[in-house]
Amino acid sequence: MADRPYISVQHLKTYFDVTRSLFEKRQIVKAVDDVSLDIWPGETLGLVGESGCGKSSLGRTIVMINKPTAGRILVQGEDVTALRGEALKRFRRDVQMIFQDPYASLNPRMTVGEIIREPMDIHRISEPEARDARVVELLRIVGLKPDHIRRYPHEFSGGQRQRISIARTLALNPRFIICDEPISALDVSIQAQIINLLKNVQREMGIAYLFIAHDIGMVKHISDRIGVMYLGHLVELGTSDDVYFKPLHPYTRALLSAIPIPDPVAGKARRRMMLEGELPTPLNPPPGCPFRQRCPQASPRCGETMPELREIGGHWVACHNVEG
Amino acid sequence: MEDIYRKYLADPGALQTLRASEIPDQLFEKLDDSEKDSEFVAMASKTYFQDAWCRFRRNRMALIGLIFIALMILAAIVIPVLSPYTYDGQDMLMRNAPSSWAHPFGTDKFGRDILVRCMYGARISLSVGFAAALLNLVIGVVYGGICGFIGGRFDLVLMRIVDILYSVPTLLYVILIMLVFGANIFSVLLAICVSSWVGMARQVRAQVLSLKEQEFAQAAYVIGASKPRILFKHLVVNCMGPIIVNTTLMVPDAIFTEAFLAFVGIGISIPMASWGTMANDARSLLMSYPMQMVWPVAAICLTMLSLHFIGDGLSEALDPRKR
Ligand SMILES: Nc1ncnc2c1ncn2[C@@H]1O[C@H](COP(=O)(O)OP(=O)(O)OP(=O)(O)O)[C@@H](O)[C@H]1O
Ligand code: SF4
Ligand SMILES: [Mg+2]
Repeated sequence: MADRPYISVQHLKTYFDVTRSLFEKRQIVKAVDDVSLDIWPGETLGLVGESGCGKSSLGRTIVMINKPTAGRILVQGEDVTALRGEALKRFRRDVQMIFQDPYASLNPRMTVGEIIREPMDIHRISEPEARDARVVELLRIVGLKPDHIRRYPHEFSGGQRQRISIARTLALNPRFIICDEPISALDVSIQAQIINLLKNVQREMGIAYLFIAHDIGMVKHISDRIGVMYLGHLVELGTSDDVYFKPLHPYTRALLSAIPIPDPVAGKARRRMMLEGELPTPLNPPPGCPFRQRCPQASPRCGETMPELREIGGHWVACHNVEG
Repeated sequence: MEDIYRKYLADPGALQTLRASEIPDQLFEKLDDSEKDSEFVAMASKTYFQDAWCRFRRNRMALIGLIFIALMILAAIVIPVLSPYTYDGQDMLMRNAPSSWAHPFGTDKFGRDILVRCMYGARISLSVGFAAALLNLVIGVVYGGICGFIGGRFDLVLMRIVDILYSVPTLLYVILIMLVFGANIFSVLLAICVSSWVGMARQVRAQVLSLKEQEFAQAAYVIGASKPRILFKHLVVNCMGPIIVNTTLMVPDAIFTEAFLAFVGIGISIPMASWGTMANDARSLLMSYPMQMVWPVAAICLTMLSLHFIGDGLSEALDPRKR
C-alpha cells in the first residue's frame, strides 16, 4: 500500500443556513460536523448511517459541490478547498462522483455518446477523433453496446443508466470516486451487477471509493473499512470485520442488531428539536454526545462533553463508555 | 416434477396453465444473446424534437395555423414583387373599387390596391412580430438564465428590477422611446421588446432555479463543466419547451401591439401600409365600403389566431408530462 492516504479529510464541517426569513432566528443544520478520515489509494471506505445523517453532504463537500464551512481536504497532501480555475479543473479529473438517482443524473437531452464524451471534451483528453473510440471502449467496459451511443437516457433501465453514469466518470480516469448510494434506487436483482461492475473497475484501474449506503450488510461485503456516521459526526471507523463483527459504538451495535433502533421517528423529531432549540450556532454547539437521547448506555458524562474519536487498536470510536 | 415432465412430453399445451415456479428446469431453454436486446430493437430512437413533431402533427388546428402562416409569409414575399401595383401607386379613376380580377381585394379611397397594401402590411407585421420574439428570446433567456443560475442576492436584485420594468405600461414605453428615437417602426419594436422580455426572463429563471438542483446539473459541475456550459448546455436546453412556446406566443402579441399603435397613428409613416393604418384609413368609410375594413382586420385576426394555435400545439407537443 502507498505510504500516505490519497485523500485526507480533516475536521471537515458543512453547515447549512436554513433561516427562512431575515426576521427569524438563525437556524443552522450541521450536516457534517467535524469529520476526519483518510482514504487510501485503491481502497473502498464504506460509509453508513441513517437517512439525513450527512453522508451525502460529506461526499458532496469532498467533491466540492458544497462549500466546507471549516476544515481541510488534502489530496495527496495538497489542500484543495481553496482551489480555483485550472487547478480546480485538474482536481476534478481525479475526484469524481456517482449519484444516487440514475433517472436524474443524466441530462435527458443528450445522447449517451455525448454524455460520456463530455468530460473528455471539457478536459481535452486525447485527440477529438480518438474520443469517440474511447466512448465505445467505455461502453464496453461498463457492459453496454457500441450502438447505444446514439440513444437517449430515457430509453434505458435504471441499471443501464447507472452504467452510463459510471462510464461518464471513468472517462476522466479518476483516482477516487464517491459513490453516493449508487444502487439504492435499483432493483435488487440489478444491484449485484452494478456492485460487481464497480469492483471490477476498481481492480483494473486501482480507483479508491468512498461508498455511501445505509445497508451495513452490503457495505461490509464490498468495503475494506467502514465508517459510521450519526447526526453529522463520524462515530466509528475501522476495518470491515472489526466494525461488523466487533462493533464498539452503541449506535453501530443498534444498526447491526436485528432489533431496529428504538423509534427512528422519535429520533427525527429529536433532531428537529435540536435544530429549533436554543441557538445551535457553530459557535455554540450543544454539549455532549449526539447519540445520548437514544443511547442505552448513556451516563451523566455523556450529556456534558462530546466524546472524541479515539483509537482502540486500529479501531476508532467516539464514545465515553467504551473501554480501551 | 417427473410427471409434469412426462405430461409436457404428452401434451405441450398443458404447460401453459402452470406457474413459472412449477416448471422443471429441464424445460427452460437458453436464449441466445441476440434475444436479450430485443427490447431495444422494438423501439426506434427518436430525438426530442422528432418526437415533438409527431405529436404536433396530430393537432389539426395547430397544423392549419402553421400552413396559414407559411402561406402568409410566402404571399408577403411574392405578391408585392409580382403585382403590377405598388403600395403607394394611386389611381384616381379606380377609387373605392370593389373586388375584381384586377384588384382581388378592391382599392381604397386613393385607388391603391388593397391586396398589395395588405401584403406590405404583412411584411411589417410579421417582421415586427418575429423580430420582437427573437429579441425577447435572446434577452429573456440570457437574463433569466443567469439570474436563476447565480441565485442569491444577485438574483433578488435583478428580479426586482424586472418587476419594476413589468409594472410600467407598454404605452408609456412607447411614448418615452419615441421622444428619444422618433416615431418610427424601430421605436415601436424597441418598446414592444422592452415590455415583453420580462415574462420570458421570469419563466426561464424559475425553470433554471429548479433544474440546477437536479443531479445531472451537479454531475456536469463535478466533471468540470464551466458555468456557461452548465447553464446553456444542461439547463436551458431542458427548458426548451416553455421557451419555444413563450416565443411563439410572443409573435401575435407583438403583431397586435404594432397594429394597435399603427391604428392610433404611431409607427410607420404615410404612405407605407400596415394593417393598423389600413384599418384606420377604412374607418371613415366603414358605412359605405365595409370591405375595406374587413381585409386588414381579417389579416390581423387570422394571423393572431393561427399563431395562437401553433403556440398551443407546441406547448402540448413539447410538454413532457403530456407524453
Ligand atoms: N443544500 C442544503 N441546504 C440545507 N440543508 C441541507 C442541504 N443539503 C442537505 N441538507 C440537510 O443536511 C442533512 C444531511 O443531509 P444528507 O443529504 O447529507 O443526508 P444523507 O445521510 O445523505 O441522507 P440520505 O440517506 O437520505 O441520502 C439533512 O438534514 C438535510 O436536510
Ligand atoms: S458517549 Fe455516552 S451517549 Fe454517546 S454513545 Fe457513548 S455511551 Fe452512548
Ligand atoms: Mg444521501
